[in-house]
Amino acid sequence: MTIVEETATTGTARHGALGTSPTRPDGVAKVQGSFEFSSDISADGCLWGATLRSPHPYARIVSIDPSAAWQIDGVQAVITAEDVPGQMTYGLISQDQPVFAGDVVRYVGEPVAAVAADDPETCRRAIEALAVEYEVLDPLTDAEAAIAGDHPPIHPDGNVIRHQRIVCGDPDATGEVVVEGTYEIGMQDQAFLGLEAALAIPDPGGKGVELHIATQWLHEDRAQIAACLGLPEDAVRLVLGGVGGAFGAREDISLQVHTCLLALRLARPVRMAYSRAESFLGHVHRHPATIWMRHHATGTGEIVKIESRMVFDGGAYASTSSAVLVNAITLAQGPYRCPNAVVDGWAVRTNHLPCGAMRGFGAVQACFAYETQMDRLAAACDVDPVDLRILNAMRTGDTLITGQPVLNVAPVAECIRETAALPLPDEPVGGAPMPDGGPDVMKLPGGAGRTADASNIVRGIGWGASIKNLMYSEAFDDYSTARCRIEDGVVTLKFATAEVGQGFVTLAPQIARTVLGIDDVRLDRIDTLIGSSGSTSASRQTWMSGGAVNAACLAVRAKIFEHVASSNGLDAETLLIDGTDIVEPATGWRQDAVEACAGQTFDETAEYHHPPTTELDEHGQGSPHTAFAFVAHRAVVDVDPDLGLVKVVQIATAQDVGRALNPLSVIGQIEGGIAQGLGLAVMEEIIQIDGVIRNGNFTDYLLPTFLDMPPVVATLIEEPDPLAPLGAKGVGEPPTISSTPAIVAAIRDALRQVDGVGKPLHRVPVRPGDICL
Amino acid sequence: MLAERDDVTLLAGGTDAMVEINDGHRRPQGPVVAVNRIPDLRSWRHDRAAGTLTIGACVTYTELMDPAIATLVPALAEASRTVGSPQIRNAGTLGGNLGTCSPAGDGLPVLAALDATVTLASRSGTRTMPVTEFMVGVKRTAIEPGELITEVTLPVVDGWQGYAKVGVRNAMVIAIASTCVVFDRAAQTVRVALGSVGPTILRCPDAEAHLASHVDWNTMSAAADDLDRFGTLVSDASRPITDHRSSAEYRRHAVGVLARRLAQRAATPAGPPGAPA
Ligand SMILES: Cc1cc2nc3c(=O)[nH]c(=O)nc-3n(C[C@H](O)[C@H](O)[C@H](O)COP(=O)(O)OP(=O)(O)OC[C@H]3O[C@@H](n4cnc5c(N)ncnc54)[C@H](O)[C@@H]3O)c2cc1C
Repeated sequence: MTIVEETATTGTARHGALGTSPTRPDGVAKVQGSFEFSSDISADGCLWGATLRSPHPYARIVSIDPSAAWQIDGVQAVITAEDVPGQMTYGLISQDQPVFAGDVVRYVGEPVAAVAADDPETCRRAIEALAVEYEVLDPLTDAEAAIAGDHPPIHPDGNVIRHQRIVCGDPDATGEVVVEGTYEIGMQDQAFLGLEAALAIPDPGGKGVELHIATQWLHEDRAQIAACLGLPEDAVRLVLGGVGGAFGAREDISLQVHTCLLALRLARPVRMAYSRAESFLGHVHRHPATIWMRHHATGTGEIVKIESRMVFDGGAYASTSSAVLVNAITLAQGPYRCPNAVVDGWAVRTNHLPCGAMRGFGAVQACFAYETQMDRLAAACDVDPVDLRILNAMRTGDTLITGQPVLNVAPVAECIRETAALPLPDEPVGGAPMPDGGPDVMKLPGGAGRTADASNIVRGIGWGASIKNLMYSEAFDDYSTARCRIEDGVVTLKFATAEVGQGFVTLAPQIARTVLGIDDVRLDRIDTLIGSSGSTSASRQTWMSGGAVNAACLAVRAKIFEHVASSNGLDAETLLIDGTDIVEPATGWRQDAVEACAGQTFDETAEYHHPPTTELDEHGQGSPHTAFAFVAHRAVVDVDPDLGLVKVVQIATAQDVGRALNPLSVIGQIEGGIAQGLGLAVMEEIIQIDGVIRNGNFTDYLLPTFLDMPPVVATLIEEPDPLAPLGAKGVGEPPTISSTPAIVAAIRDALRQVDGVGKPLHRVPVRPGDICL
Repeated sequence: MLAERDDVTLLAGGTDAMVEINDGHRRPQGPVVAVNRIPDLRSWRHDRAAGTLTIGACVTYTELMDPAIATLVPALAEASRTVGSPQIRNAGTLGGNLGTCSPAGDGLPVLAALDATVTLASRSGTRTMPVTEFMVGVKRTAIEPGELITEVTLPVVDGWQGYAKVGVRNAMVIAIASTCVVFDRAAQTVRVALGSVGPTILRCPDAEAHLASHVDWNTMSAAADDLDRFGTLVSDASRPITDHRSSAEYRRHAVGVLARRLAQRAATPAGPPGAPA
């Protein structure tokens, strides 16, 4: 339950227009279970595919013998690296990841072969029957060894994916007060509920293929798939299958190429669907990181300099590691002014699971370090942690340590102040007393396990604030395309924007209704029959695809105004939309927008590009980012110091949203993001021992449940950003970023109350033993 | 069918068996026989004269949480409440918990602490054995091919009893340490059983004896020092391992804390809600 304390989005907007919260078009179907997820899509006569994966973190493939698999009735195809007709590798930034391992496997779970068969059970037996002989090699599992060069290269591209330094201002500057620490962030999984699934339908004659796929970016998938298939891009058509969450895990290729290869080889439709266990192996994860950080400050707590060394373990393949690293190092100062800095960042290759995009994208890891540092600095300067943050809060016009000025609205101090002004929970430890006078055990740490009595519990409060870059960085033009068509008074929008649950299918019609004054807005199929929309990631679609839809609608509106002006003897320049009418304010002339378009067809396509950004130079200087958003979090956590169990009682947050175009959607993002931040703080971690995943299932990879997720009290800071096409900032990632350090700070605060000292808790997720042993 | 062939897989709620089958850890070679509609296995009875409660193997956790049973064995109801989610508690059975015999099975410490007996039936008749003998090792039981668990019998004890379980989430979580404590006023004994800290459920004879001799059975109170000592002895009795779920060190520590807290609830006039003081 979220209580929105205050929002400026009020007034008279008509229902369904911007600023209101119309029902999601896919909402009822999702709640009722009738929504077609990509795993539900089938075709007549379709076969099933499955993947054989490496059991070793690092090994040479000596031989693959498929003969036993071919003996099984119903097996239709067995394919390996030899059967890839085009490019052998793919990847988002560098193409270093094989479609199938050729000579070596580099992580447990790497695809080695795929089969197609009449049904999933036959596939399973065929996979079991494939005989692969491996020569096991010594795996590289230590990121520092990759940097030190202590291990022979495990990939032709080497063991360092990227090394980037930032030197800003006076690298020798010092402060009166110095605090430092080394922080560790565990590997988090996106854990979307809708598992990877696809259906590939080959064109007659094998000249092309249509792929129905749950993804975040249809066009990027298409480019990588076509290259591997050896087909021209326009021979590969992608259609978005129903997506059950993404959070970054669908940015990279997983089963796309395999499914298409099997379908083309057999000239029959083929379905593939991962199990949960396979999903843990089949997509990239959040980078585990080790971050050393030192802050120099004046005696009153003003930051003078930061120094940091960040090491991100990218796992076996590059994916987006280099971009994740750049986010982390360029945002290392947090939402605070910082004149001097020396930051050294490494993204390295190991024989761990590959890592890439996950909600927060590098900003998460950096934030856990800098926010813990802010608390240490506050303690060292004997300043209140809230005051320290406000003292250093970034404002519009301040610069990043890369030299880039922050030109966006930057209400950092407001976010912190407004969060502080939100009410603390009014219930005591254990909730309001039950009828028998005792606590509600479900509200105590340990919950259903009845581990604690209220007297065992201490309550703590902690703070976090963060900065997130929006859109892609480092000179990348992640434009978006949209088409708007009006026919018979009905608006149809077309775009390739992946709807992954964020609600663009709700927002796009809101934009059209507002711009055009027409309520009946329909959505065309989301596919590659239009230009790219870029990825549904980096908190960018409201800004970018919202910008494109807005531009397409404005172009159509201009045509409508011309038509109306010429048929009514008016000047098109003077016309406006007022609700559902077209009006000329000076004369009071007005006409219903639908009537005005009667019998007319207007059709416009627009692209939206954000202003260009730059790469970083060798000193890490440049303007790599497009825009920024800010947020503050306050966590209240009940802690059982003797058992190390926790119950997060409340999260308060004030978020810089620019403008809440759909307030309910914004709250949805805030709640969901906080749940993921909470997961990273206290339970979510993929455990690998000697390169082998130990908890790739939901029995042991724990996600927060309803009992773990606290009420959220939220304030939306609405100061429309003049640089954003609709005034709105992306809101998806910020909630995840600083909720994590806020929760950990609250645990530290509770432990400090017990013995006056507490525990450092420099690692997330915090485990019970970290608290009580 | 059970009598005729030894490749039968029994299925009760399926909340363990189906997971293993779906994950490919288990492939039934012979027939799968669903037993959870057999009326005898789904019922329970309270024998007042004998002071015992007999629970059919297919009684579900939801049924065990019903006040009619919960008032007789509160610790079993508390343990049942910690199992999974409502869906799992509606399907999962006590017999299935025994059949799986995981050291983390939440029903098992309660059965062990209460010295329950397990009845097995086969074509050649029935046999009954203490639950501690039934549990042989990690996921290993004394069931012979062709045998079926029919019921579990446990004493209705006069005195406080309770169950507590640590997991790294506030519900729907596998135990990384659990403890059941039972005070038997009539016999003036204390019984303790531990889950997830050994290959099977462990009893703690030293801790039990220590506390039994230091409790004032009239006032139901114990000195803080004795409760501390009790916790230490419980930790000492554990034989935990380190794995991806937790460290051995933490598990050992946690069972001691749980045991001490449970004992304190018993020795404190006002116990937590739902448990008789
Ligand atoms: C999401 C989830 C959460 C869970 N959470 C918990 C938890 O918190 N705590 C916990 O303890 N367990 C938990 N479990 C495991 C499971 O629910 C319990 O062990 C449950 O008691 C199993 O009972 P069942 O009736 O489903 O057994 P089944 O799965 O039907 O059977 C389990 C085993 O026992 C055998 N068997 C069943 N009945 C008999 C019988 N009458 N005679 C002989 N053998 C028999 C079966 O052949 C099989 O080997 C969870 C499972 C899931 C899927």
